[in-house]
Amino acid sequence: MKLTQISVFLENRKGRLHEVCVLLSENRVNIRALTIAESEDFGILRMVVDRPDSALQALKKNGFSAQLTDVVAIEVDDEPGGLAKILKVLTDKNINIEYMYAFVEKLSDKAVLVFRFEDTDLAVKVLKGSGIKILRKEVEEI
Amino acid sequence: MIWNEKMECISKDDLLDLASQRLKNMVSYLSANCPTYKKNLDQHGLTASDIRNIGDIIKLPFTTKDDMRDSYPFGLFSRPLQDIAEIHVSSGTTGNPTVVGYTKDDIKLWSEVMARALCCAGAEPGDMLQNAYGYGLFTGGLGLHYGALEMGLTVIPVSSGQTKRQLKLMDDFKPRILSCTPSYLLYMAEEAKEMGLDPQESSWQIGVLGAEPWSESMRLEIEQLWNILATDIYGLSEIIGPGVAQECKYKDGLHIFWDVFYPEIIDPESGLPAKEGQSGELVITTLTKQGIPLLRYRTRDIVSINYEKCACGRTSPRISKIKGRTDDMIIVRGINVFPSQIEHVLLGIEGTQPHYQLVVDRKSGELDDLEVLVEVEEKIFSDEIKKLRALEEKIRKEIESVLGILVKVKLVEPKTIERSMGKAKRVIDKRQV
Amino acid sequence: MFAAGIINFRHNKYKMQNTFWNENIETIGKEQLQPLQLKLLKDTVSAALKTSFYKNRLYRSGIKSPDDIKTLGDLNKIPFTTKDDLREAYPSGLLSTSSDDVIRIHTSSGTTGTPTVIYHTKEDLDNWTELVARSIVATGFSRSDIFQNMMSYGLFTGGLGLHYGAERVGATVIPIGAGNTKRQLQLMRDFKTTTIHITPSYALHIHSKFKENNIKRGDLCLKRAFIGAEPHSENTRKKIEEILEIDAYNSYGLSEMNGPGVSFECIYKRGMHTWEDSYILEIVDPVTQEPLCEGKEGEIVFTTLRRKATPLLRYRTRDLAFVYKDSCPCRRTHRRISRITGRTDDMLIVNGVNMFPSQIEEVIMRIPEVGTNYQVQLEKDGALDRLIVKVEIYSKMFTGNVKELDNLKEKIKEELRASIIIHPVVELHEPGSLPVFEGKAKRVIDLRVKI
Repeated sequence: MKLTQISVFLENRKGRLHEVCVLLSENRVNIRALTIAESEDFGILRMVVDRPDSALQALKKNGFSAQLTDVVAIEVDDEPGGLAKILKVLTDKNINIEYMYAFVEKLSDKAVLVFRFEDTDLAVKVLKGSGIKILRKEVEEI
Repeated sequence: MIWNEKMECISKDDLLDLASQRLKNMVSYLSANCPTYKKNLDQHGLTASDIRNIGDIIKLPFTTKDDMRDSYPFGLFSRPLQDIAEIHVSSGTTGNPTVVGYTKDDIKLWSEVMARALCCAGAEPGDMLQNAYGYGLFTGGLGLHYGALEMGLTVIPVSSGQTKRQLKLMDDFKPRILSCTPSYLLYMAEEAKEMGLDPQESSWQIGVLGAEPWSESMRLEIEQLWNILATDIYGLSEIIGPGVAQECKYKDGLHIFWDVFYPEIIDPESGLPAKEGQSGELVITTLTKQGIPLLRYRTRDIVSINYEKCACGRTSPRISKIKGRTDDMIIVRGINVFPSQIEHVLLGIEGTQPHYQLVVDRKSGELDDLEVLVEVEEKIFSDEIKKLRALEEKIRKEIESVLGILVKVKLVEPKTIERSMGKAKRVIDKRQV
Repeated sequence: MFAAGIINFRHNKYKMQNTFWNENIETIGKEQLQPLQLKLLKDTVSAALKTSFYKNRLYRSGIKSPDDIKTLGDLNKIPFTTKDDLREAYPSGLLSTSSDDVIRIHTSSGTTGTPTVIYHTKEDLDNWTELVARSIVATGFSRSDIFQNMMSYGLFTGGLGLHYGAERVGATVIPIGAGNTKRQLQLMRDFKTTTIHITPSYALHIHSKFKENNIKRGDLCLKRAFIGAEPHSENTRKKIEEILEIDAYNSYGLSEMNGPGVSFECIYKRGMHTWEDSYILEIVDPVTQEPLCEGKEGEIVFTTLRRKATPLLRYRTRDLAFVYKDSCPCRRTHRRISRITGRTDDMLIVNGVNMFPSQIEEVIMRIPEVGTNYQVQLEKDGALDRLIVKVEIYSKMFTGNVKELDNLKEKIKEELRASIIIHPVVELHEPGSLPVFEGKAKRVIDLRVKI
């Protein structure tokens, strides 16, 4: 049920993100979702891609520090309070979110959010128990 | 004024006699009191009787910075701790610091050579000294302090930093002598202008400037900016601290106090004496020190030496300004920094050895900046910003605690640090000195 | 006040001996001390009359020559000197010798406004060194000790003052100064340091760093600490003694009176012997300025007796303390002052109630769960003041049991209320989360807008 995310260490330099994208495209990797977390002089690029293993290989071969992380993709009602509903389930069970970001594309009338949890397995269990839809295949095959 | 005319103007023959006698005594003193040296001398099959005159000094083994590190903490002491009055510690090349222990007599010796140095720079008894070298384990502050006390100066022990306060004290008390690093004096000019003080009108007439290498052009800049006589002082804590050599008003080399710190210049590769007048590594033997005397200590500083009598009347030989180093040590804000220290810290933090680089810069009118670049390799990479920030913080704190100066740490991508012949270039020095 | 019950011996294992540096003067009888004080007071008045500042001031009080001082009681004729007077006289209004005789200058940190300056002749420094030597020897310190001086060097008198004293005693001095805990601990271990000179807040802090620096108490030879430069409570001393397993001796001094070496505890730790052959000690009511009798708390006022370059007459320290009435088993006759209970100028008025930060410290340091760091914050809550006491508690307390933490909070609140009458807000913090001070601590943050 978990999804694999690729994280890459990047310095805050002009054109650096472009270089990563070109590299991935040359390796026929398609980016599904991405976000950049930044500090003063470096950033971490986080992506969900269709072929994480190929992406990782290509990045490492080209000297990037990259690693795979487990994240969870959740389907959220695209209406006011949609996200709040899910966060309540998590808060009630005391589950800590490290970070989250959204898919731009839509699968249906629902939105898709990517979550990174402190304890992924526990989060998956709790979410499933509350009837919240977790996506995997669908996301990778958009 | 010459503080100790007898020693500073001694004839060469008399000096050689004196140095010969002192060296003989020193070798027997070390054999009797320092097991580490005793062992070393035994291994070379040497006893005091092999030293007939100062020329025989070349028979003696060298002492290196690594010897000092390896013998940490007490290996090179020739006296029990009971007889040690003061301990100073400077940063070593890795891990263990370099220790110096002074007996009461060593402190007297230090006061004596520093009094000579201050006089040599042009100070007169009754003058006031603003001492802006750091006080504490760094020998700069207390060294100048003791010398000033010895020769009868009034000391303002202001220590380093707090530029506004420095300038206010200068303005209020009108000291004639200032001691600090040359780059700090340049830096203070900017601050003075901001405070509405004219550097040309400062009360300082003589600067006793050292603890870092500086060039003739920097001297010119300082002298014009501050309307001051800028003299160079040389020393290293292993030998005594400041007070090993000092320029007189003729500024044509630094008078080395050779009756107590006997100098040699050697070819750093072969270890053989360099030809007279040629540059080489300065090697110093302490002839009278008691706590931690050193035989043929390799300073790693490249200088040349001039034995001609100086126009000031002193016969003591003059070493040139430091022309370079035999190792990769750099001096940042007066503090010695070895790349190996950074390496040691990084190894200690992650158990790995990431590539790193030191970048030193000095923007015009500012103090030195030291930035440490560390490549984020797989092993230390994390998906979370806070963990990377924490790593950055940890590296910074550890380095600062080892070096005792503020540094910046910057995480960079793998393989971005320039390598030459496959080996990363450890130091980029962008300063124009 | 509570004179008894605060004596705390930890030092049985070291066979503590009562030692003297200068036994004759340290055990001088009253009948000899008073004539000596009178003679030295006259000298001091004579020196003061040479300064532009005192000349005017003493003339106005009818003192035109040292002969106008006939008895020690005549001290009352002399007006007080305040910190503001020192500022006004800056830089040279209080210099009584030729500047050629001055060999050292110390100025106050004076972060705001004009600093104050104290000049020293060779003789002044010599006497200062003598007083420090006396002080530290009274704690059993000797030439066999390894002394790590963890106070700042430079214009701040804490560093150089003890440096010279320890050097005179013949000990080994490590002039490390403040800060860089990692190096402090390394040298403490490697050079077998027996004695440290440190602020109380830093003493509490270094202990929390043992673990991450791989230091075990058994690696250290530490026996004693001289604690100074900031007021602290008896409970703080106990805590320092407990966690570091040492004897901690209170040291009192101020740069206007040289620096450290004015008042110092002996091995009995029953208050600090004040060297009365070098200072006349008075305690006055800070409001009425009337001298108070022994045992009554008030502002400490000092007159220097041996200072040549900068004599000071009846200097108001703004420090509050009292003088012990009883004699000390160590046989030193010099009277003892209590630890500093507050400052005439750091008194806080919270919702109309007067209190001193030291009262808060006293309370929280006796609660075992409380760690080594705390902070007091004052802010406005509508028209009222809100007093927030933030304390660090030991990490073992954070077990996730919220109820236990609530109970602890309640307990601290109750004890504080009992002592300072005000209802504080208590916040519990994890170890290491409040600001740390390697020099003097800044514990009180007053965010109330001054009207």
